[in-house]
Amino acid sequence: MAHFIDRRLNSKGKSTVNRQRFLRRYKQQIKKAVSDAVGKRSVTDIDSGEQVSIPTRDISEPVFHTGRGGKRSVVHPGNDQFRKGDKIERPPSGDGDGAGNGDASDSGEGQDEFNFQISKDEYLDLLFEDLALPNLKKNQLDKLVEYKTYRSGYKMDGVPSNLDIVRSLKGSMARRIALTGDKRRQLRELEEQLEALKADKHDNQLEILRIEEAIAELKARIAKVPFIDTFDLRFRNFEKRPLPTSKAVMFCLMDVSGSMDQATKDIAKRFYILLYLFLTRSYKNVDVIYIRHHTQAKEVDEQEFFYSQETGGTIVSSALKLMREIVLERYPSNEWNIYAAQASDGDNWADDSPQCGHLLHKDLLPLVRYYAYIEITQRQHQSLWREYQRLTEIHPHFAIKHIRTVEDIYPVFRELFAKQLTQQGAA
Amino acid sequence: MQLKKIVPLHDGPDWSFELLEEYEKEIDRVAKIYKLDTYPNQIEIITAEQMMDAYASIGMPINYTHWSYGKKFIQTEQHYRRGQMGLAYEIVINSSPCIAYLMEENTMTMQALVMAHACYGHNSFFKNNYLFKTWTDATSIIDYLVFAKKYVAKCERKYGVSEVENVMDSCHALMNFGVDRYKRPQKISIQEEKERQRERERYLQSQVNDLWRTLPTAPNKDIQDSRRFPPEPQENLLYFIEKNAPLLEPWQRELVRIVRKISQYFYPQKQTQVMNEGWACFWHYHILNHLYDEGKVTERFMMEFLHSHTNVVAQPEYNKPWYSGINPYALGFNMFMDIKRVCQHPTEEDKYYLPSIAGKDWLETVHFAMENFKDESFISQFLSPKVMRDFRLFAIDDDDEDNYLRVAAIHDEQGYRLIREKLSAQYNLSNIEPNIQVYNVDVRGDRSLTLHYVPQNRVPLAASHHEVLKHLHRLWGFDVKLVMVNEDGSEELLGKCPDND
Repeated sequence: MAHFIDRRLNSKGKSTVNRQRFLRRYKQQIKKAVSDAVGKRSVTDIDSGEQVSIPTRDISEPVFHTGRGGKRSVVHPGNDQFRKGDKIERPPSGDGDGAGNGDASDSGEGQDEFNFQISKDEYLDLLFEDLALPNLKKNQLDKLVEYKTYRSGYKMDGVPSNLDIVRSLKGSMARRIALTGDKRRQLRELEEQLEALKADKHDNQLEILRIEEAIAELKARIAKVPFIDTFDLRFRNFEKRPLPTSKAVMFCLMDVSGSMDQATKDIAKRFYILLYLFLTRSYKNVDVIYIRHHTQAKEVDEQEFFYSQETGGTIVSSALKLMREIVLERYPSNEWNIYAAQASDGDNWADDSPQCGHLLHKDLLPLVRYYAYIEITQRQHQSLWREYQRLTEIHPHFAIKHIRTVEDIYPVFRELFAKQLTQQGAA
Repeated sequence: MQLKKIVPLHDGPDWSFELLEEYEKEIDRVAKIYKLDTYPNQIEIITAEQMMDAYASIGMPINYTHWSYGKKFIQTEQHYRRGQMGLAYEIVINSSPCIAYLMEENTMTMQALVMAHACYGHNSFFKNNYLFKTWTDATSIIDYLVFAKKYVAKCERKYGVSEVENVMDSCHALMNFGVDRYKRPQKISIQEEKERQRERERYLQSQVNDLWRTLPTAPNKDIQDSRRFPPEPQENLLYFIEKNAPLLEPWQRELVRIVRKISQYFYPQKQTQVMNEGWACFWHYHILNHLYDEGKVTERFMMEFLHSHTNVVAQPEYNKPWYSGINPYALGFNMFMDIKRVCQHPTEEDKYYLPSIAGKDWLETVHFAMENFKDESFISQFLSPKVMRDFRLFAIDDDDEDNYLRVAAIHDEQGYRLIREKLSAQYNLSNIEPNIQVYNVDVRGDRSLTLHYVPQNRVPLAASHHEVLKHLHRLWGFDVKLVMVNEDGSEELLGKCPDND
């Protein structure tokens, strides 16, 4: 006698815990693989997870087992040429031997690397572990709100489309019962009397007449109670509740003047990728605005932003002005969380730097959640850096960092967004 | 004889639960004719992903949490996704009721094959083979695993995941050395297990320290000093640690015990692979053929069945690229078929080599063989010259002191006995697993633990022993040494942990 059970609908993630344990245990190795992979991605390509490979020897589970050597004998099937006492050349890799004699092999089927796919979420978790968006929490509820309507009971007036018929008729019924109950009782009594009189053999004509009159009057009064009254109407009530917004826009500002070579732009690109990935962790929709500038600023798409060649001088304030325009026009700061990251090699037309400082201080910094400036250069800092440095003292959500080589990107990024430390660190 | 009209069962290819039940009823009926005695069956239909889950937790329906199962799962998943491996059609668990997993992707024919194979073949093997009867308790294993899972989870909450993981890692490294090979374990229920666990905790802890208690100077001091602890070498390393490791907390001892118990539970399966698979193949073959003879299944069904069956019991030759040792399904199936043949139509040769079974009742004989042997003894008892010739078996001697491999014997008159002996030895676990035993604890000194490795035929220990020693050291808490005892009795230090030099 057998018992059949359909388990197909049971959850399939029975090994999820074990998988997480595995990831947890090899976090260091996996994290390293993940950080290595950051540079290879497009800015907005975050739909996939990441292929991770870690050395097999790190994850092997050692057991006591026998090694090569000594004297063994093995029985094999399929003899096609041998006779007893034949001598055979030892196969070079030991193929003909060892297979099947129970040699415990190290796990991993002879691969050097243990490859596997981690999901997008696991990937991002690892990448942004211990990071937090600065200034998000305290601003979330005070002004960045949108509203969501939800049902909240009934009210006496409203538009016809919100009329709740069942509820209204309940009210009508109750009112009619309340207003006519007493009269209906009297009516019933009178009708009984009338029956009784009519059944009586004596002549009660007058009395009958009187009762009939009373009955007619009662009926008229009952009929006067309206079937439905405005008093009965009930309308569904909706109220609005403020919701923290999940909209964010990220401004990528980059200097593309002649002094920025492709290597520097690459570094900037990687930084932007990180920032974009990080923002998508906290917000459902992230708009990315690319602004590049030399002496003039222009809003461009991703491809152009990173790869088109430009030459010319540098006026940083042009980009800041354009950003301000775009914010005022399309991204009101009471609806959007605005983040900005500016990358530059530090070159700027000397007269322009004070203007940049002024623009940021007056117009932009009050609007944005966080503004990060990274300077990618091997040289001395110039006027722009000094100007910005002054601002960091006034605005805690303004941070500047210096990147020298590709290796600095991730550490700098972590520094910028490290949990708790942001406020003090930036100041 | 086919005058009475028999309507064959529908042959799919899609299955339904009604159809599964019909087939199961028929298979059950036929199995009874052949006196297959089974635990009740619990047949569960699962998806491919659930099958991978089952793979990852060593086939058990429930198990404690450990990263190595996660690793196993990831590996299985990767291989499966890339198409490097197919999944087994079925997994069956030695429990009562006997749980068998069928994959939903199987056709009706495959489901019938799997039911006959797992729910009647393996199931009856689990219930009747002497090793399983002695070592495992099918009724309580699921309860024990539930207990183990909960206990491990409780420890993780109480002492932290990392702490528990450390102990478990070390235990897993020694898992193969956590079995009693000769002593018989007792059967106990989950309630007793729980009560006794608490008892044990207190008692063990009180005993451990006794080991180190400074004894008053005895008059016969010399004799005492030369006495070893343990007095006899111990092969069950985990048991020894559970009972004697001085620094383990009670909960850690319990974890050691859990790993040891589970290892012990799987020990019979390791020793009966050929027999178990052979027996299951033998019976799915017989049951389905019986149904076919009765007209219960169609020819289309039989064609598909035979196609799968021949794939399963195929034995590639040694020089084929996909050769990976002797296929236990093939060897087991052919040996059981051969036993039947020897019983029914013995030749002169059979009467000479297998006098005890030639001409006997075949059904009784195969049952007897299934019940009373393990791979090693099964082969040495029943491997007939005919099977050796069919497989064209030959034995190779590989001596690293020789420049050549030597063919020791082939499937001919002079070679039969030698091949039988060597093949049998090949399935002897004590030949496969290195012989490592607890030899001594320096009770009055630095409490160091000494293990002895006794090589067979000069086969050395693989380098992984350094890593394993570290695990052993973690459990033992004091120095650990591994000493190789050579054939001439000389001793050689293989490694120690911590390695100060």
